[in-house]
Amino acid sequence: MHGDSGDRFELHRWLYRTMFTIRTVEERLARSFMAGLIHGACHTYVGEEAVATGVCAGLTDDDAVFSTHRGHGHALAKGVSPAALIAELYGRETGVSHGRGGSMHLFAPEIGLMGTSGIVGPCILQAAGAGYSAKLLESGRVGVAFFGDGAVGNGAFHEGLNLAAIYDLPVLFICENNLYATEVPFSHASRNPDVASRASGYGIPGVMVDGNDVLAVHEAAIEALRRARAGEGPTLIEAKTYRTRPHAEGMGLTGVYRTEEEVAEWREKDPISRFRRRILSEETMTESDLDRIESDIRNEVDEAEREAAAAPWPDGGTAPSHVYRETT
Amino acid sequence: MTERTFTEAAREALSDAMDADPTIFVVGEGAGERGGNFETTAGLYEKHGPVRLCDTPICERGFIGMCTGAAMTGTRPVVDFMFTDFILDGLGELINQTSKMQYMSNGRLKMPMVLRGCIGIGHSAATHHSGSYYPLFVHIPGFRVALPSNPADAKGLFATALRSEDPVFFMEHRHLLNLKGPVPEGEHRVPFGQAAVAREGTDATVVALTVMVHHALQIAEELSSEGISLEIIDPRTVAPLDTETILESVRKTGRLLIVDETFMPCGIGAEISAHVTEHGFDELDAPIKRLNGAHVPTPYSPSLEQAVIPDRTSIEQAVRELLAE
Repeated sequence: MHGDSGDRFELHRWLYRTMFTIRTVEERLARSFMAGLIHGACHTYVGEEAVATGVCAGLTDDDAVFSTHRGHGHALAKGVSPAALIAELYGRETGVSHGRGGSMHLFAPEIGLMGTSGIVGPCILQAAGAGYSAKLLESGRVGVAFFGDGAVGNGAFHEGLNLAAIYDLPVLFICENNLYATEVPFSHASRNPDVASRASGYGIPGVMVDGNDVLAVHEAAIEALRRARAGEGPTLIEAKTYRTRPHAEGMGLTGVYRTEEEVAEWREKDPISRFRRRILSEETMTESDLDRIESDIRNEVDEAEREAAAAPWPDGGTAPSHVYRETT
Repeated sequence: MTERTFTEAAREALSDAMDADPTIFVVGEGAGERGGNFETTAGLYEKHGPVRLCDTPICERGFIGMCTGAAMTGTRPVVDFMFTDFILDGLGELINQTSKMQYMSNGRLKMPMVLRGCIGIGHSAATHHSGSYYPLFVHIPGFRVALPSNPADAKGLFATALRSEDPVFFMEHRHLLNLKGPVPEGEHRVPFGQAAVAREGTDATVVALTVMVHHALQIAEELSSEGISLEIIDPRTVAPLDTETILESVRKTGRLLIVDETFMPCGIGAEISAHVTEHGFDELDAPIKRLNGAHVPTPYSPSLEQAVIPDRTSIEQAVRELLAE
């Protein structure tokens, strides 16, 4: 947890480091994809870093995060190392899922990353389930679902929010509204342009935040976490944001669904440079502090990539194991 | 031994397990104060309260997904789905999520989740309340499927399911719910993957599932007066399936009939037949025979309904044909 210490320097440092790590890893992965080092799909989180970072800054390792197909940012913000993430996309034994998952199946339950997913919607229900466990066990844990605007039209959104609401479950529903489900505009998929307003249909609070403002996201998450831990039930947070890379690497940056101008406008609202300006104006860190953070992270990620590329492949003989816990 | 109905026996297992393990909770429509549509949870709400006996809205996908998340985070959910037809809305959750979490997490997550409820044709319940569908779940890696045919096994298999770290389907044929039989008192567990030889015999092997076990036993009794000796095998679980007990029986009898109320194509009979052909071909004195329910949606009218399920007449005929080969 990085939001409770009251130490603004520490918080800003963590937020900046985390966002910049996500950006650096994603850009590295994009290059690796072009180089043929990634064997399957690769959906990057570039442009949306403030959401995962702002939320995860308030979480402990015991809080359970359920993520999406665009989940690298959530994994890194939850504490997965760049080396373990890159190695997973490279299909290596040292990957966070030991090569079983790739980009869309990142698991690190020991630090509360309960999986990214190739299917849109189920994370919402599973986060409600983590909330149910927390309620039954009185553990104080919180379930967190990250999902996109594309999940909002899915039945899981309705059922998950309703279940969490009626049982007062400690859950955060974080909708990363990046305006497009793959390449289908949200304006086409919904008559209601906002997601947060739907919360009232379930009798729970719905909060809309600027998803490119990491402090605004963090503040909303802290209040939702307070509610959750106090037994007051779930909160829906809609973070308005935008991905400034293609839906998946190898696809076009624009297409019939959006224009170069729109992408350029959103790049102007880049969450990292925005936070950098904020830090400098609040004087929590200096230019040289930030430059040092950036160069350290670049070195770390380069090293992580080299480590991943040199890591062994999983032994094919282990492919059948872990289907069942028990053998018969 | 005490005389109990099938439902009472399973409830005893649930009650004992809930006393011993505070992480167990039950969800379902009417599973709470009402005590379950089939009295599966009667009396438990009073004891354990609304968080452990949780009434749900009618949203099978929702609560299956929720229970999947709960099982991933330290509790042991029991989904009481009333009729198996209802969980088809949650198939995506079950097949894409529940069954795969242990594997995708490289064994770091457990999935201790029990899915229990009613299967089977009868009572003019028609096509949305008569499904069984268990072959579907046998096909998927990651699931266990238990099919008890009597009260003792209902208790023993449910007790095992409630302590399994893998997701288990515990499927109760509607015709069996009120069946009475002797049930061991106290702790009683039946391990998965161990078939029961329900009757020993030498002329032909009949593998029968759930309610068909009782039909097969009756036919065996009737035919014994003609000097025909049938061996009846009740697999009890179909995932895992105890193929060794079946093979051993076929080595003795040389003839095999599989009787299953569910559909024939890609079914349990097909699986057993393929296995015995692969591993016991030389033991066979006749082609393996299958008898299944008709490959049609379940009709309503009693006369139509009766026409789509194996009954004693069709089982007897199948046995006679097998012996004539």
